[in-house]
Amino acid sequence: MDVVMLSRLQFAAATMFHYLFVPLTLGLSVLVACMETQYVRTGDETYLSMTRFWGKIFLINFALGVVTGITLEFQFGTNWSGYSAYVGDIFGSLLAIEATAAFFLESTFIGVWIFGWDKLSKKAHAACMWLVAGASNLSAVWILIANGWMQHPVGFDLRGGRAEMVSFSDVVFNPFGWLQFFHVLPAAFVLAAFLIMGISAWHLLKKQHVDFFTRSFKIGLVTGLAASLVVAAEGDFHAAHVAKVQPAKLAAMETHWDTKTNAPVYLFSVPDEENEKNLIEIGELPGLLSFLAFKDVNAEVRGLKEFPRDERPPVLLTSLAFKGMVGLGTFFILITVAGWFLRNRLVESPVYLRIMLFAIPLPYIANQLGWLLTEVGRQPWIVQGLMKTTDGVSPVDPTQVMISLIAFILVYGTLGAAGFYLVANHAKKGPEAVGTEV
Amino acid sequence: MALQITWFFIWGLLWAVFFMTDGFDFGIGSLLPFMARNDREKRIMINAMGPFWDGNEVWLVAAGGVTFAAFPLLYATMFSSLYSALMLILFALILRGVAMEFRGQSENPVWRQVWDLCIFGGSLVPAILFGVAFANIFRGVPIDQNGVYHGTLFTLLNGYGLLGGALFLLMFLEHGALWLAIKTEGDLHDRAVRFAGGLWWILVAVALLFLICTKFETRLYDNYYANPILFLLVIVNLAAFIQIKLFLIRKAYFTAWFSSALAIVCCTFFGIIGLFPSVFPSSIDAAYSLTAFNSSSSPLTLKIMLIVVATFVPIVLAYQIWAYHLFSGKVTEEDLASEDAY
Repeated sequence: MDVVMLSRLQFAAATMFHYLFVPLTLGLSVLVACMETQYVRTGDETYLSMTRFWGKIFLINFALGVVTGITLEFQFGTNWSGYSAYVGDIFGSLLAIEATAAFFLESTFIGVWIFGWDKLSKKAHAACMWLVAGASNLSAVWILIANGWMQHPVGFDLRGGRAEMVSFSDVVFNPFGWLQFFHVLPAAFVLAAFLIMGISAWHLLKKQHVDFFTRSFKIGLVTGLAASLVVAAEGDFHAAHVAKVQPAKLAAMETHWDTKTNAPVYLFSVPDEENEKNLIEIGELPGLLSFLAFKDVNAEVRGLKEFPRDERPPVLLTSLAFKGMVGLGTFFILITVAGWFLRNRLVESPVYLRIMLFAIPLPYIANQLGWLLTEVGRQPWIVQGLMKTTDGVSPVDPTQVMISLIAFILVYGTLGAAGFYLVANHAKKGPEAVGTEV
Repeated sequence: MALQITWFFIWGLLWAVFFMTDGFDFGIGSLLPFMARNDREKRIMINAMGPFWDGNEVWLVAAGGVTFAAFPLLYATMFSSLYSALMLILFALILRGVAMEFRGQSENPVWRQVWDLCIFGGSLVPAILFGVAFANIFRGVPIDQNGVYHGTLFTLLNGYGLLGGALFLLMFLEHGALWLAIKTEGDLHDRAVRFAGGLWWILVAVALLFLICTKFETRLYDNYYANPILFLLVIVNLAAFIQIKLFLIRKAYFTAWFSSALAIVCCTFFGIIGLFPSVFPSSIDAAYSLTAFNSSSSPLTLKIMLIVVATFVPIVLAYQIWAYHLFSGKVTEEDLASEDAY
């Protein structure tokens, strides 16, 4: 394999692994902060145990999220030096702002939170968790503004062979980044909510710590229902924006080959990239693609054939990622609505609880598919329309990249297994594991 | 010009603060298997850095981010040239960070031994490799006119590079031992003090050797000869080293640690000032060297980043100092009984 493919695989492995932990960090930090606040307000000890129990799961996850994030920053330099030199003026500054304005806050106050239980007043301790939660989410803002710029570059001039910033406000208020943020953030809350509901369901099935886990489940349910509705609604705005600024990605998402008006959506389709057509088309909904993209059933939607073959994203992967994400998103809405009706007789609903237990991995898959769509759908561009991925790679020896790729897989695989074991172990023990009796 | 010069020094300062803060974590981690006699002492050592190491490590992220933002060409060239060394550092940091959080989650002795080993290796490897990397930057790295590196990981392991690695490791070990002297009591405290006192002689000897070798291996002194006033920095640096010993004898451990911090910052700046205006000199031809002027971002980005850094770094320093103050007491048995101790 060449250095481009190896570097792509390595970056994909590092990013996807990192993103197993980030969404839980974003969502659960806020929920734990809410639980601790409830404890401070009401003095109810159950909320303290909740803070401790869910907080521990947050911490295991947080550690993995932080360390895997650090390697991502440096991989831009090690593996993508062409890219870094070309866009450092803009992209680098956003990463640096993230570090100074958010990451410091998060990492300093997590230490205070862990070790500060006896050293701070209850209010001050809860405030620390809010700082961690706020800073984590602020990190996401800056990272998504940076990613949004790769998807839809704005506020720059090409000078001396690189993109130089001409308008900081254009870069910061790039709608693409913000649309991503408001999609990614509720998606993270869906994930956190489903993890809480799934673990709670396991205990409720065994009828242990019923009060603790019923209350936890309800927190998860309300969060999950609200967040999955927001994700879906926002996804619609986001797709409409993609239609405008990344027409090739949109066409690949829907396996849409020919430019036409009244363009349809297929519930299921399998593209044949070689012969520029679909092998299978099931469930045609005429005009829906035109409507979703441009809010007009007769709008013209550009097809993949309009783009040169070497400027089309991999159609199969892009479309499957999109359909999978949308399908799962729909499932999250339905299953949380069902939960709303069952909320007061959870213990008597073992089938529902079992579904929720086995649903834990689904939001993880949906979040991963979302990023797969975002990043694979942008190919062959590393910066949409400006720089191809092949031009961004470092002039390094492929052997080095091969060795580091293998090391990433081994180290991350082992750490992932250890982390999973710890979370599962802790979750099984229940709130007694953290001391306060319930 | 003025902006690029300012950024050159901010860049150096961020690396210096990273070495000063995370340096004692690296030192304690490297000492873990040798200084602790049992699991209780290990836990005390780890908890001595527990509330701080995460925030300390962010100075690396900030230094990396600022390199990316202010000197994109340097970021691209430096990290792709030092590919394998940096990957080793990153893997070490991953294992160290995870190990800190994971080791306390189970009583199983094998589980703990595995993570203790990760804390040890995850501290030792970066301590040495950062020294190797910086010594090689001082010396010059084989990069051509396109910034392409002509060498391997082993090119970096030359005599001067290894001496730099040894110096960094010794500085961090001293720094860590002094931190333990501040944070611990009883037997462990006494051992940390004795170790810091004995190590000091080796540290000063290696530091002097490094200063001498620098004369023959690098062109760092050129700037000093051109502006002899800069030799003040070297004098302050040596004075800081001597103060470590003087304060140790007086049992003023915090002041001794502070002197060690000053010595680390001065050491870093000794190299940074010597490099100026280069940031990544080429050993093939000086014309291929990256400088603060030919590798920087646009003036607009430099200005925006200056505002960002001038606003946030003081705030960061304020809350980090507050956090250090909050956890300024010694790590006791009672602390270990707490649910969240490592």
